[in-house]
Amino acid sequence: MSIETISLSGRKKEVSNKKMTFLESLYLVAIVKGLFITIKHLFTRKVTIKYPEQVRPMSPVYRGQHMLMRDDEGRERCTACGLCALSCPAEAITMKAEERKPDEKHLYREEKYASIYEINMLRCIFCGLCEEACPKQAIYLTTSKKIVKADYDRGEFIYGKDKLVMPLEQALNNTKLKTAN
Amino acid sequence: MDSTIIIEKGIFIVIIFAITMLMAMYSTLAERKVAAWLQDRIGPNRAGKGGILQPLADGLKLFSKEEFLPDTPNKFLFVVGPAISMSVALMTSAVIPWGDKLHLFGRDIILQATDIDVSILYIFGVLSVGVYGIMIGGWASNNKFSLMSAMRAASQMISYEVAMGLSIIALLMMEGTLSLREISANQSGMHWNVFYQPIGFIIFLVCSFAETNRTPFDLAECEAELIGGYHTEYSSMRMGFYLFAEYASMFISSTILAVLYFGGYNYPGMEWAVENWGVNPANVIGIVVLFIKICFFIFFFMWVRWTIPRFRYDQLMRLGWKILIPLAIANIVVTGVVILLFDS
Repeated sequence: MSIETISLSGRKKEVSNKKMTFLESLYLVAIVKGLFITIKHLFTRKVTIKYPEQVRPMSPVYRGQHMLMRDDEGRERCTACGLCALSCPAEAITMKAEERKPDEKHLYREEKYASIYEINMLRCIFCGLCEEACPKQAIYLTTSKKIVKADYDRGEFIYGKDKLVMPLEQALNNTKLKTAN
Repeated sequence: MDSTIIIEKGIFIVIIFAITMLMAMYSTLAERKVAAWLQDRIGPNRAGKGGILQPLADGLKLFSKEEFLPDTPNKFLFVVGPAISMSVALMTSAVIPWGDKLHLFGRDIILQATDIDVSILYIFGVLSVGVYGIMIGGWASNNKFSLMSAMRAASQMISYEVAMGLSIIALLMMEGTLSLREISANQSGMHWNVFYQPIGFIIFLVCSFAETNRTPFDLAECEAELIGGYHTEYSSMRMGFYLFAEYASMFISSTILAVLYFGGYNYPGMEWAVENWGVNPANVIGIVVLFIKICFFIFFFMWVRWTIPRFRYDQLMRLGWKILIPLAIANIVVTGVVILLFDS
């Protein structure tokens, strides 16, 4: 078989440059065929998703806004080891560690915690390496199911713990669901 | 001429004007909706229920835009251009018979603004003035692209007017009259001209696409080559007038197609309806039927726009001069022979 006739996709079509017949040169048949193709689309199901009312379902492996997780008792899992910041190829994560006081045991799981934890969402490339690096399963990009929103101010894109940490109610709800099962 | 006829005609003209504007307005919405539906989308649906207020929002937006005048030596012509386009698009509706007649307040009201006996000639005359609106606008814009676009539009419209006129001649030979009212009346029952003049109808249809500068013949607005075409330099409501005039002339073209070839206000069983239901209900149905036909043709204009890509300029000229005009002349000859042989 010569190289010209091979068609790996099976959809190869020979292009012919033959002269059109009189009927073809009037274009009328082709135009009517085209009109039927378009009118068929008038009755097909519309693919539009009416965005604010209707949200596209996210893929289970979609990587969106980060979330700092809480454990079953609602304590923050993060121990401020800095591995996420180290693994981040975009240098988007910064944090400041602090020692846990005895009366803060119900707030933080480990003896050391992050008092400041910031991710610069303009730098972040949502690669998920921080999630892979985390030894405490504290940071996830899949659980928030949120897209980072647009804003007018660059400063607004540095997300602190107020936006990143999982809400307490959500953590308690998760626990309730787990014990129910 | 008594004063009642002036009042009657005045009211009638105002109603026609309002309807033409309304149809043109909602054609813009229909265009976007049809485009969306043919492409499996939904289309504008935020302004009002199902987007019903979208034309008002568009108009409001155009009004609030900055009115920009380019540095042109002829500001007067720049302003006159869109005005000519708009008024020409509206003038044609004066001779269209919208229905047969209504019997109101003890008198017969003819549903036509003026019944002149050369209404087809009038329509052709007014249509050929339409090219001045585009030409003057393109010229006064002081922009090479606008001028080229205007030249294209002018030569296209002049070329296709020839074929259009020739395709009409065969129809006039059959009808023996230039009055749209009589042509409408002759098509009563199912004697629609499209059955007797199918080739003439197709030529007329193609030419009316070219005359209204609609796809596939919208070379005047060919974005890839000419930016926006003759209205590149226009903004605000002047631009709105050009766009609006296109839709108004699309409405008028659809009306002419319906009146000349698809029986106008006639529908099967109209005589029966006049006898049994009275003059008024039968004629109101007639008006509704005419508008259904018009809406079908407007839809057809849009349907074609979202089906066929734009012609190349040389293809356009070849189609006009080498195919449509000979075809129209052959149609005249065949019609003449048939009339001679069978119409004693």
